Amino acid sequence: MPFANSNKGVAATAATSLPASTNRYLGWSERWLPKLSLFPTLLVSGTAIYVFIVWTGVLSFTGSRMLPRYNFVGFDSYRAMFATERFGVAATNIVIYASLYIAISLALGLLLAILLDQKVRGEGLLRMIFLFPMSLSLIVTGVVWRWIFNPGLGLEKFAYDMGFVDFKLDWIINPSLAIYTLVIAAIWQSSGFVMVLMLAGLRGVDGSIIRAAQIDGASMPYIYWKIVLPLLAPVIFSATVILGHLAIKNFDLVVAMTNGGPGYATDMPATFMYAYSFERSQIAVGAASSIIMLGVATLLLVPYLYIQIRRGR
Amino acid sequence: MTAAITIKSLRKTFGALTVLHEVDLSIEPGQFVVLVGPSGCGKSTLLDCICGLSQPTAGSLHFDDQDVTNLPPRERDIAMVFQSYALYPSMTVRQNIEFGLKVRKMPKAERDKEVTRVATLLKIEHLLDRRPSQMSGGQRQRVAMGRAMARRPRIFLFDEPLSNLDAKLRVEMRHEIKRMHQLVRTTTIYVTHDQVEALSLADVIVVMKEGHIQQVGTPQEIYDKPANTFVASFMGSPPMNLIPARMKRRDGVAGAELLPAGGLPNWIKLQEPAKPIADGEELIIGIRPEEFHFTSERPLLDGDVAELTLPINVLEPLGSEYVFTSTVNGAEVSARLNAKSGPHPDGDTLQVLFEPRRVCLFDPGTSNRL
Repeated sequence: MPFANSNKGVAATAATSLPASTNRYLGWSERWLPKLSLFPTLLVSGTAIYVFIVWTGVLSFTGSRMLPRYNFVGFDSYRAMFATERFGVAATNIVIYASLYIAISLALGLLLAILLDQKVRGEGLLRMIFLFPMSLSLIVTGVVWRWIFNPGLGLEKFAYDMGFVDFKLDWIINPSLAIYTLVIAAIWQSSGFVMVLMLAGLRGVDGSIIRAAQIDGASMPYIYWKIVLPLLAPVIFSATVILGHLAIKNFDLVVAMTNGGPGYATDMPATFMYAYSFERSQIAVGAASSIIMLGVATLLLVPYLYIQIRRGR
Repeated sequence: MTAAITIKSLRKTFGALTVLHEVDLSIEPGQFVVLVGPSGCGKSTLLDCICGLSQPTAGSLHFDDQDVTNLPPRERDIAMVFQSYALYPSMTVRQNIEFGLKVRKMPKAERDKEVTRVATLLKIEHLLDRRPSQMSGGQRQRVAMGRAMARRPRIFLFDEPLSNLDAKLRVEMRHEIKRMHQLVRTTTIYVTHDQVEALSLADVIVVMKEGHIQQVGTPQEIYDKPANTFVASFMGSPPMNLIPARMKRRDGVAGAELLPAGGLPNWIKLQEPAKPIADGEELIIGIRPEEFHFTSERPLLDGDVAELTLPINVLEPLGSEYVFTSTVNGAEVSARLNAKSGPHPDGDTLQVLFEPRRVCLFDPGTSNRL
């Protein structure tokens, strides 16, 4: 009897205390498990990105040349960088490249999307064909377009062989036109991607809105301009941000296609940075150009983040 | 301003599928015509052909004397209200209403005047600076109507405009549409699958099924004299009861026997059908549920009165009336009785009256009215 009694007592205490202990256990794991699982990512991105950003920032204020040195010289390397003609060329190039690349990719992508939205047969296949360039690496794209533009190999040779002996397409070896060959190659790669984004946006437009506008008497171009385009504003904005960061990062395409040449006519900030940091033993100047790039990229991203946060609320 | 519409042997096919077969229809200026039918009957396709968003495969379409068969929508001088309202999302109500006027290059001062007129008419003045996303369904529907009215078109088209509204708002907007039509008297074609909307709005109802027009007539004609069993069962809620029976003459007078389940056969007199029917031939007897009456209503009925004792399958008291179902000649029959005229029916059977002259007869072979 006492035995049975005590047994019952144990059972009772176990029953009441068990939930509490499970709770405490769950509480600990619930509190720490997410943090623990995020820790490796945080550690890697923290060091690989943010620590090195700071380090680059520090180096840009030193007189480092081939190896990092910590003799602080203030804004000397920035001054030196802005004084070189090459940086001016790179800065002008990125402005030309980015603005043409973004504007034409958007326009071409939108046009393709509108055409593809007219209930064309084989739409799925066409969509895939247009999107395909996006799956190539920029190196491959660069090599292909280098060949196409090569006067002795590509289009010019082809036209010559066809009998058009006066045909000339030597942009890639012309310092003032070579930058546009990069623009063309990059547009070829991205406009299909923009098209897919725009197509998704167009599919979200209620067809009866377009029908209503038709009955109201508007022509199709006017309908697209006045009614459909405003509805695509969020898509256009996202596409611009994506294309914008692709343009600023652009490095591999230049390396594969022109390697900054002829001379340094097609240099971009990224290739400028690489050349000064690792080829010309001017780490401080390279670091300074990185910091300028970061600043510009941040300025472009701020409005995007602002809108995202406001929408999140 | 308002136009007559003449549709001649209009046909529309999509590949092998024929959506409209040889549709003929003429609509007088100022009429409110409702196209009604189940989904897939071709009513929306017909509307699309009238507004020009869809090209008919064959046939012709005239507005007054003008052949508009091949004109694009913008040259037809019509306006349309859509089920999804189809307001331009990026524009304010004012911009929505004046869009069509702007496209037609109307000067600003006139445009403003027109917007004010329409807004006052539809009581949406306070909404003019809002965007469609900031309004309720009913408000959007009003704006869509305003946009259609601002251009003063010669024809209004409505494509199921009330389907996206809740029941209460639907009734309210139905009145609003009727009021607008009485005010402007523009030829209107209104597509719906809701027979109540059709009966309450139309001057003329066009009942369609599978690309064929089944019947054209006033709401009362459609309701009282349906052309065939499809119209009889589509219009009215609950629909007309269709009871299979056989012609059985007594002393040369047309009649038929009705056999309530579990009861005794009951001979009722019928109107002599226009087409001669031999004794013993099959026919379908159509009776509207509200044609049944409590026996206490006998003094209100004229002429011959038939009497039936019906078994009660299910009884639903609805306050103002009782709806009950029964079985006659093996068919389910529903009846609506005025609750004021009789006590709550209890028991298994109920004695009811109806006037044989209010009964419709159909041919079971062709399903057309006899």
